[in-house]
Amino acid sequence: MKNIIEIEHLCKSFGEIKAVQDLSFCVKEGELFAFLGVNGAGKSTTIHILCGQLEKDGGSVTVDGKDLDKDPVGVKRQLGVVFQGSVLDAALSVYDNLESRAALYGITGAAFRERLQELCRLLQFEDLLKRPLGKLSGGQRRRIDIARALLHRPRILILDEPTTGLDPQTRRLLWSVIAQLRETEGLTVFLTTHYMEEAADADYVVILDNGQIAAKGTPLELKNAYTGDFITVYGATETEIKALQVPYEPLRDAFRLQVPSTAAATELILQSPSLFRDYEVTKGKMDDVFLSVTGKKLTGGDEK
Amino acid sequence: MKTALLLIKRHIKLFFKDKGMFLTSLITPAILLVLYATFLGNVYRDSFTASLPAGLQLSDQLINGLVGGQLISSILAVSCVTVSFCSNFLMVQDKANGTVNDLRISPVRPSVLSLSYYVATLCSTLVICYAAMALCLVYVAIVGWYLSVADVFLLCLDILLLVLFGTALSSIINFFLSTQGQISAVGTVISSGYGFICGAYMPISSFGEGLQKVIMLLPGTYGTSLVRNHAMRGALAEMEGEGVPAEAMDALREVLDCRLDFFGNKVEPGAMYAVLAVTVVALIGIYVLMNALRKKEK
Repeated sequence: MKNIIEIEHLCKSFGEIKAVQDLSFCVKEGELFAFLGVNGAGKSTTIHILCGQLEKDGGSVTVDGKDLDKDPVGVKRQLGVVFQGSVLDAALSVYDNLESRAALYGITGAAFRERLQELCRLLQFEDLLKRPLGKLSGGQRRRIDIARALLHRPRILILDEPTTGLDPQTRRLLWSVIAQLRETEGLTVFLTTHYMEEAADADYVVILDNGQIAAKGTPLELKNAYTGDFITVYGATETEIKALQVPYEPLRDAFRLQVPSTAAATELILQSPSLFRDYEVTKGKMDDVFLSVTGKKLTGGDEK
Repeated sequence: MKTALLLIKRHIKLFFKDKGMFLTSLITPAILLVLYATFLGNVYRDSFTASLPAGLQLSDQLINGLVGGQLISSILAVSCVTVSFCSNFLMVQDKANGTVNDLRISPVRPSVLSLSYYVATLCSTLVICYAAMALCLVYVAIVGWYLSVADVFLLCLDILLLVLFGTALSSIINFFLSTQGQISAVGTVISSGYGFICGAYMPISSFGEGLQKVIMLLPGTYGTSLVRNHAMRGALAEMEGEGVPAEAMDALREVLDCRLDFFGNKVEPGAMYAVLAVTVVALIGIYVLMNALRKKEK
């Protein structure tokens, strides 16, 4: 797979504050790329630079082989962006909103109507076309935001915290649409999110802290590197668990033991096979990775 | 071209769907008309009759027609500029609520985007100003009608030019604004200040000599004078017909700002049109250039 986004030595400061410091990473074509960090870590600054909204202080940004400095229009044609908050016009109908935004890419008349039909089917909003955007629910509005981002068939979809505040059903719909687009159109998805379970499904993750990359890798690599494994043991007493001399957490009907690796888990089980009659071994979660890497916790948009 | 047209359609729809924006724009000329008709009209009438030569008798209808022409020319001259500032609110609102980012992440050229705002504001302002003109003409028809078809046509042209001017000016000023508070402040300053500067509240001839010279350097002054000339031409011609001496008529035209002198040189209507047209072209050019050269946010 070739690199569709290449960012090298990107720097950006706002006065004394270094928002992005010597940032370098690549996004491969067709992958789901998660860009994580607490508020103020530099995610939005990077996205604004990538979209040509913000001037960088140094470094280079290349999208699908096009240098952002030399061919900003070429780069913009490849990007579809779903912003954190809806930036469509609340007073206008869904149709009017999408018609005016499609026109920005030269999509008008029959071409627009055809694309609109496709998106209506994909995101299930045909019945909303005549309604003013301001009268829609959060989930309905999010679907229209995504339709707007996909109007010009971009190769990269940037999702800036797309599911924050959405109900589980709408979140499921959005992710199923995105999965479908990735499969059928090879869409690359650049995601920032506060939901770690969404990041866990990514192909590659970059964790940003204070404008610098704190960790990067596949979710598995990150889990292996920054968290241990967990053994949940059923049907044992606390005295037996204590005797193992590993950190543990009592659950309602079990104990959750923390071990540094899968190998250590295997060793522990082999040491006391009679104790491990009913158990399961699981990897650490992305929340644990994030906490371990940054010392901070991400919970629905706030740093803890 | 289609891109520009659809953007203009979006801006105009948003303007007319936002009742606050639309009513604020419409209310300016309406308030001015009520204010003039109920208060300033009497002041103008008394001042005018007191200045007539002794022994000269003019009909009430003629006096009312002249004063009415003076009133509506003031309203229209002010409204064309102040309404354009209100109508151009959307350009700043799009910046304030982040919508402009959605427009700018697309490959659309900055010049197309900026011109779409200009044309949309122009259309909205023209709708309101021509509605205000219709109201004003109804008022004049009631108090004393002396306008010809040509006068009405020329008034329409004057309004078009003044709106082109006001829209270009507001576009340049709004370019630097990014919050709704800023545009409200600018709107207030323009609404209260422009009426004085263009001589709508008090004739330019009543200002001090220094201020008069400064005002003569402002292009909007010539637009106001054009509106005055066409709104009062019929009544002034009627007065000449009723035997008012030519010298008195010349003095009256100067007092009413129908005749302007640029540092001792009389400015003909043709020159006034030329000043306004050149200014409009220059301002639009500056506005488009500012947008084209606009750098990304730092």
